[in-house]
Amino acid sequence: MMVSATWLWLIGGILAVLATASLIGYALARRQRGRPSATIANLNSRIKAWWVMVILIAIAFALGKVGVLVLFAFCSFAALREFITLTPTRRGDHIALATAFFIVLPLQYLLIGGNWYGLYSIFIPVYVFLGMPIIAALRGDTTEFISRIAEVQWGLMVSVFCVSHAPALLTLQIPGFEGRNAMLIVFLIIVVQASDVLQYVWGKLAGRHKIAPSLSPSKTIEGFVGGVASATALGAALWWITPFAWWQAGLMALVVNLMGFCGGLVMSAIKRDRGVKDWGQMIEGHGGMLDRLDSVIFAAPIFFHLTRFWWAV
Amino acid sequence: MIDNIVAVAATAAAHLITGVRGRWQGCAPEPRPRIYFANHASHGDFILIRTALPPALRQGTRPVAAADYWLTSAARRYIAVNAFNAVLIDRNAITRTVDPVEPMTRALDEGASLILFPEGTRNTGGQRLLPFKRGIYYLAQRRPDVELVPVWIDNLNRVMPKGEFVPVPLLCTVTFGAPLHLEEGEHKARFCERARAALLALAPEHEEETQPAKEAVP
Repeated sequence: MMVSATWLWLIGGILAVLATASLIGYALARRQRGRPSATIANLNSRIKAWWVMVILIAIAFALGKVGVLVLFAFCSFAALREFITLTPTRRGDHIALATAFFIVLPLQYLLIGGNWYGLYSIFIPVYVFLGMPIIAALRGDTTEFISRIAEVQWGLMVSVFCVSHAPALLTLQIPGFEGRNAMLIVFLIIVVQASDVLQYVWGKLAGRHKIAPSLSPSKTIEGFVGGVASATALGAALWWITPFAWWQAGLMALVVNLMGFCGGLVMSAIKRDRGVKDWGQMIEGHGGMLDRLDSVIFAAPIFFHLTRFWWAV
Repeated sequence: MIDNIVAVAATAAAHLITGVRGRWQGCAPEPRPRIYFANHASHGDFILIRTALPPALRQGTRPVAAADYWLTSAARRYIAVNAFNAVLIDRNAITRTVDPVEPMTRALDEGASLILFPEGTRNTGGQRLLPFKRGIYYLAQRRPDVELVPVWIDNLNRVMPKGEFVPVPLLCTVTFGAPLHLEEGEHKARFCERARAALLALAPEHEEETQPAKEAVP
């Protein structure tokens, strides 16, 4: 009874936010006569994509643990595909790459589904880290060996290992919170994504001083402070869906926001290095899967371990 | 029915593995006979182009395929003939009895569009694009009204390099350029070179895997 009431409030709140955003977007698009602005067009396609993403996430959650695992496995797949596409690889990497996609990725999610914490938390950083160079070395191509291996390894870390820590929240055993673990994922997603959106909004409204102009010209100190502060407040206000007290939820949200911000910076640095603006064009208005996930990637493992350390048994 | 399922499954697989999207740079998708000519690096090339087309245009677009490859086993024959309704041509100029331009012209007259690989074979070397065979010229000469659309397929050679059996999922793009026509009195070699240049112009600039390795410092 309690559980479903929480869900209803959550879903109602999300729908209200999206509907408001759609209305504002519609009003903005109508007000501009003659001179259509690219910013508003992008805003509206972003809002539309949010509807699709929220509906897909809702369907996955309605299907239960398997649905959530499949959803995040697919996100990992799309993210890894974008990462490897922008990474220079050679013919000799083929088997290693196929292994990454078709063995490492599913295995990581199966281990999480099987709740095998002792293995899924070290599988990629230890076993795959050592296994990948072995597979590649057997092919005998030594050109740029260390950077090729490092890139595939890092692609797996960010796209598979880190992302998989969001569904791994389902496996935590938190006394008094049984059957509601999915709320932790929802909390993580809402806080991280709200932080992104709010940083964007604050940046547009009040942005003056750029943080890292060479990395990301749209990131400003005002956007960062305003976005993180308001998303942290939102996280504290969402304490009722978590096992945390309101101030604990706020602190968690703060950590998640800071990690998310840094994730965005790091992934921007990689994009700059590769000379692209977006990782892909999978999600209309947002770019690729990695453009949407970059902040989740850095926040998820930290959020998982903090929750596990202090709340789980 | 089953043939259709195979074609739809191939399209779905192509989407899943390559996330392909058509980039219509020089023209818009239109439901009339056209000749899409493309670079050729893998057996999946025609499937990728077909996938990049809007669903309504897929049925009526037929790949032109080499009979000497696609008829050599039951599975290949099924894929080429039944699932994709390929226009099969005989590449061997000495033994063939039918002019290969003949069945292509007939398909265009029946309202189909064609996917053609004017390099004549898969390009697995270091060159971006091999010289074109003359067939595309003869076809343009027979049906001068039909638009020839250059189509650049990018990255598919990394998905499935020659000799590998498992594809690696990587994003691919299919870029459709501005259509061209045979000009009056245009010479064979000149036309082929012009078509080839139009296709090459669509290729994105990026490092080739075949670049020589950095030289070791002695």
